[in-house]
Amino acid sequence: MDIPENYRFSDDHEWTDDQGDGTVVVGISHHAQDALGDIVFVELHGEEGVLEQGDDFGVVESVKTVSDLFAPVSGEVVAFNEALEDEPELVNEDPYDRGWIVKIKMSDPSQLEELMDAEEYEAFLTEGA
Amino acid sequence: MGKGSGQREVKPGDSLRAGIEGAPIEPGDRMSPGIQFEEPLIFERSRTGRRGFVLGQGDWDVDDVDPAAELGGGLFRDEPAELPEVSEPEVVRHFTRLSQWNYSIDAGFYPLGSCTMKYNPKINEATARMAGFAQLHPYMPDQWCQGALELLWRLERILCEVAGLPACSLQPAAGAQGELAGLMCIRAYHQSRGDTQRTRIIVPDSAHGTNPASAAFNGFSVVEVASNADGTLDPAAVEAVMDETVAGLMITNPNTLGIFEKEIEAICEVVHRGGGKVYMDGANMNAILGKARPGDFGIDVMHFNVHKTFSTPHGGGGPGGGPICVSDDLEPFLPVPRIERSEGEDGPVYRRDFDGHPQSVGKVKAFWGNFLVYVRAYTYLREYGSDLPGISERAVLNANYMRARLSDTYNVAYPGRCMHEVVFDDSSFRDFGVSTMDVAKRLIDFGFHPPTIYFPLNVDGALMVEPTETESLRAIDEFVEAMETIHAEAEHSPQLLEAAPQNAFRNRLDETTAARRPILTYRQLREER
Repeated sequence: MDIPENYRFSDDHEWTDDQGDGTVVVGISHHAQDALGDIVFVELHGEEGVLEQGDDFGVVESVKTVSDLFAPVSGEVVAFNEALEDEPELVNEDPYDRGWIVKIKMSDPSQLEELMDAEEYEAFLTEGA
Repeated sequence: MGKGSGQREVKPGDSLRAGIEGAPIEPGDRMSPGIQFEEPLIFERSRTGRRGFVLGQGDWDVDDVDPAAELGGGLFRDEPAELPEVSEPEVVRHFTRLSQWNYSIDAGFYPLGSCTMKYNPKINEATARMAGFAQLHPYMPDQWCQGALELLWRLERILCEVAGLPACSLQPAAGAQGELAGLMCIRAYHQSRGDTQRTRIIVPDSAHGTNPASAAFNGFSVVEVASNADGTLDPAAVEAVMDETVAGLMITNPNTLGIFEKEIEAICEVVHRGGGKVYMDGANMNAILGKARPGDFGIDVMHFNVHKTFSTPHGGGGPGGGPICVSDDLEPFLPVPRIERSEGEDGPVYRRDFDGHPQSVGKVKAFWGNFLVYVRAYTYLREYGSDLPGISERAVLNANYMRARLSDTYNVAYPGRCMHEVVFDDSSFRDFGVSTMDVAKRLIDFGFHPPTIYFPLNVDGALMVEPTETESLRAIDEFVEAMETIHAEAEHSPQLLEAAPQNAFRNRLDETTAARRPILTYRQLREER
């Protein structure tokens, strides 16, 4: 699957889509959902909260394993994709759009610069394989 | 009733071919579809008014009682519960048929890594059924159950000897409860010294899966430490996170990769120097019995899984047993009651001591532990006697033989000699479009229980095999040949693996839907329908 060009990626295979209003939408990459297999459950640790970059804030459970979600940027969680409660498969079917997980209001937008762009992420995946 | 309600028109090999013409299968004589019975839920067998037996009525010499009046409104149902109404033979057939769908170590090879599915000798059952053990009541006074208390005391002494630690509690009901009780002892130890800032437990990524859960359940936060390129833990990695907020380290040795932690003494030294205690998960003790004693290499507290290492019933056949052994420092905190032995006029006298240990963490299990499980474990230990190290030698030899033979076709995750189990990754077949799950399901077609898969988590597509010492060379060779055949199939006819199992009572189950939309009760099932 094509890696969306305007997204930025963390080492933990999470993507961010900058909304241009100080918020980013966050999800897991196509590679991550493929490695995890069929996702059966997505859950946040708390209803809302302030996260530091790298904090684990939730879990993604698949038929194979349970995997932590790590905040790609610092900020406050302002929305959770409630569609995932009934349809966790959206993460598999459409990881870069309808399978988004949370929206974060960034406290330090410059952190986006530290993340990989699409080209770097693609290289990162090739190295890892 | 569908498939299998009587005779099935299946020849050996047909099911292996899965309807794919020209599949390169030479069916062996191992194939045995046999007679298989469908069986509905027992609720679906129910017919109104049917009874297994009826108590004679009208000739009792006791007065009638009105249960509603006796129990009071809150405890008496207005409507009877909708329990299944079935005859005695229907009940017997129902459960017999369900048991025939099962797979057990008595039916065949069961190489479930990390679980030590060894054969359970039948003499264990014979002793556990002796009336003096089986018919004891837990409220009997100590003087009526001296033999049982002596057995528990002797078992504690044997476990302490194997652990290299001075004191033992048989209360924990299984491994995870042993972890809980052991961590409670560590916490109580720190608190007894007024050291209340130790709130963290270090857990390596090669530890057993329950370890972080037990630490969290005990109110500790978990610090994960990655293992090195050899799959073991570096003392330096522990040093880097060790400070005065760390209560202890939980380690599994041999670890879940089947590798002995060679730096264990140095690791324990780092934790001790920082004021912490080391907990060892004894799940993999089958590899080191009489060879290395945890107490000797620095462990402060550990549990045994007697249902793994000492051949007591396992899994659904439980209950288990997770006794813990501790160092002198932790001994005052062990659960009560403790078994005490003293010299009486006519020889030793045994008693349950509730009051002599004021610092104890208290009771962790109703009554006295899973007593009959311990009768089995004690029987097994006495049967082997001084040949305990021989168990581990044969277990390690079997695993290494399997590793050596299979390493031509499958990729060993961490090369080099293993202990009692070996972990393969999916790199030798991933490119054929075949998953670890497919390989595991295909093994069922060859009459084997699949090994542990997708664990440990630090190996991609892990496939973890533990043959144990009780399998013969022939059984292991048959398994190796099945694995080799499956690898060839993965390359040339991957559809066979994707369609597997075919030679099983149920074909591939839809695990995803089962997890996403589970149906857990009969009422739910009726509503779904």
